[in-house]
Amino acid sequence: MIEKFNTIVSQAVPLPIENVDTDQIIPARFLKAVERKGFGENLFRDWRYRKDGSPNPDFVMNNPRYTGNILVAGKNFGSGSSREHAAWAVYDAGFRVVVSSFFADIFKNNVLNNGLLPVQVPEGFLEEMFATIDKNPTAQFEVDLEKQTITNLLTGNGTHFEINPYKKECLLKGYDDIDYLLNLTAEIEAFEQSK
Amino acid sequence: MEPKTLFDKIWDAHVVNKIEGGPSVLYIDRHFIHEVTSPVAFSGLEKRGLKVFRPQNTVATPDHNVPTLEQHLPIREELSRNQVETLTKNCEKHGIPLYGLSHKWHGIVHIIGPELGITQPGMTIVCGDSHTSTHGAFGSIAFGIGTSEVEMVFASQCILQPKPKKMRINVEGNLAPNVTSKDIALYVISQISTSGGTGHFIEFAGSAIRSLSMEARMTLCNMSIECGARGGMIAPDETTYAYLKGREYAPNGKEWDRKVAEWKQLVTDEGAIFDTEYTFQASDIAPMITYGTNPGMGIAVDGTIPTGDSLAGSDKATFIKSLDYMGLKPGEKLEGKKIDYVFIGSCTNGRIEDFRQFAQYIRGKQKAPWVTAWIVPGSKQVEQQIREEGLIEILEAAGFALRQPGCSACLAMNDDKVPEGKYAVSTSNRNFEGRQGPGARTLLASPLVAAAAAVSGVITDPRD
Repeated sequence: MIEKFNTIVSQAVPLPIENVDTDQIIPARFLKAVERKGFGENLFRDWRYRKDGSPNPDFVMNNPRYTGNILVAGKNFGSGSSREHAAWAVYDAGFRVVVSSFFADIFKNNVLNNGLLPVQVPEGFLEEMFATIDKNPTAQFEVDLEKQTITNLLTGNGTHFEINPYKKECLLKGYDDIDYLLNLTAEIEAFEQSK
Repeated sequence: MEPKTLFDKIWDAHVVNKIEGGPSVLYIDRHFIHEVTSPVAFSGLEKRGLKVFRPQNTVATPDHNVPTLEQHLPIREELSRNQVETLTKNCEKHGIPLYGLSHKWHGIVHIIGPELGITQPGMTIVCGDSHTSTHGAFGSIAFGIGTSEVEMVFASQCILQPKPKKMRINVEGNLAPNVTSKDIALYVISQISTSGGTGHFIEFAGSAIRSLSMEARMTLCNMSIECGARGGMIAPDETTYAYLKGREYAPNGKEWDRKVAEWKQLVTDEGAIFDTEYTFQASDIAPMITYGTNPGMGIAVDGTIPTGDSLAGSDKATFIKSLDYMGLKPGEKLEGKKIDYVFIGSCTNGRIEDFRQFAQYIRGKQKAPWVTAWIVPGSKQVEQQIREEGLIEILEAAGFALRQPGCSACLAMNDDKVPEGKYAVSTSNRNFEGRQGPGARTLLASPLVAAAAAVSGVITDPRD
């Protein structure tokens, strides 16, 4: 089971950098746990902390002006490694939505499997989001999964986003893929016999 | 009958079920696992009270964080040791074949699968590692998955996957001497960008691809993820069969003949439709090297770094941030630039052919005194071959030492870390910020370009 996804209204944290790869989201040296916990503190580790371990005041997550559970990132977010630790880190750090104009495939699958919603928006809408947050960090955004819309509540502008209907259902109801597959065992065994 | 692509033929033969408006339930023939992305999947499975559904279709090896020296001793670093021990325990509990550190078949998961003949044409293959695309070189559908998906395959030997779009990349003509499949990969990514393949599965075709060895094909398919594609594949042919024949898990006797007849059907039919198609000329490809912090930022080794003048907005900001990290300037030449480290190895270039090329170049020369070189075979079998073929003597005479197999400096989860600010010419697959260690500056290249740099201590064109 994953956490059910309801409509979210929140401020957003801007990360206007392109091609943010999974090694930036969580560096390989933090992948050594055998349990799924504590990855949030190492999200964007090498950008977020200085070498001595103190917070880097220039990084957006260390700026108290920016808060909320929507992360807004430049295009091609999540490229590179298949490490699901990247999705866990984003989720554990409190985000429930990631907005970008383009996502890498494996990362998109991974976030969807963890109750985190990837919202792909047109380039222009993304630019407007960055501009809005820059001028007014407390601006609110609404993400409605049922209607598949994201709305900039300050400007009133909104846009539709795509999501696979099956994955939408899973997120709304909190189902995961394994629940679905386990119901198919007989069919899978029949498939193996027919091969 | 409607003409079909190679990809469609294999995909369609593995669909157990299709969810209306949703993903397909795809049956998985082979599931490779390693120590980093499997433990949470095993514990998830146990929480549901399940056992691995088809342990005999699963193969395990620890590779990501193993040391490349003194592998006979317990791993010193506690977290790494714990992950490797957890893999061993999980494999014992679930009856999964494991090629551990002391095993003669140990190695990087994407090296040992093919060399043991576990990887075969027409299969669906997954692993919790993005470079699973390597196995596509045999004409299989192979792709990297996340840990939730590893758990899915454990639980049901199936995975829910949306069908990707299809792309064909043709490379025609003859490669010039000293140009390798690594250069094809870096060239193609520099042309179509690191997101050019997103949403697609690539078939590599054309005369230049046909003439590649299996090792070279694996290097190319391995790098297909670096242009964002789910995977890359090459139709099997006589080169594929010759490589596979006689390997440990390859079919034999009558079964071999039956299989080969089946594999011969694994071609894209004339007239089959691709969503996207590119054609490149092999003669346009030079030995390549990267200058930035993603694999698409590549140039010919004797070329100049782009000025970035044509870029604007966030593209420009990203370009400048990248060059700042690398300590390089727009419009600068890389040739002649001093380097500090050389890494030969990884699932990209850790096969025997890579070490043969490296050894051939350095034979009779000497390593530059200021260069630290990590020469890391992809597997125990590759290590053995390096010894048997006498390459070890060539390496040692030139001042290089051979290490033990593992992923090593490709992602620096073990001790093989490039220090901050140092330049490494690396035959691995990613030059992301901090990939080879915090602050490390990675220049991706072929084993030949790396050999030339190791000997001269500066970036050097191996054609000179």
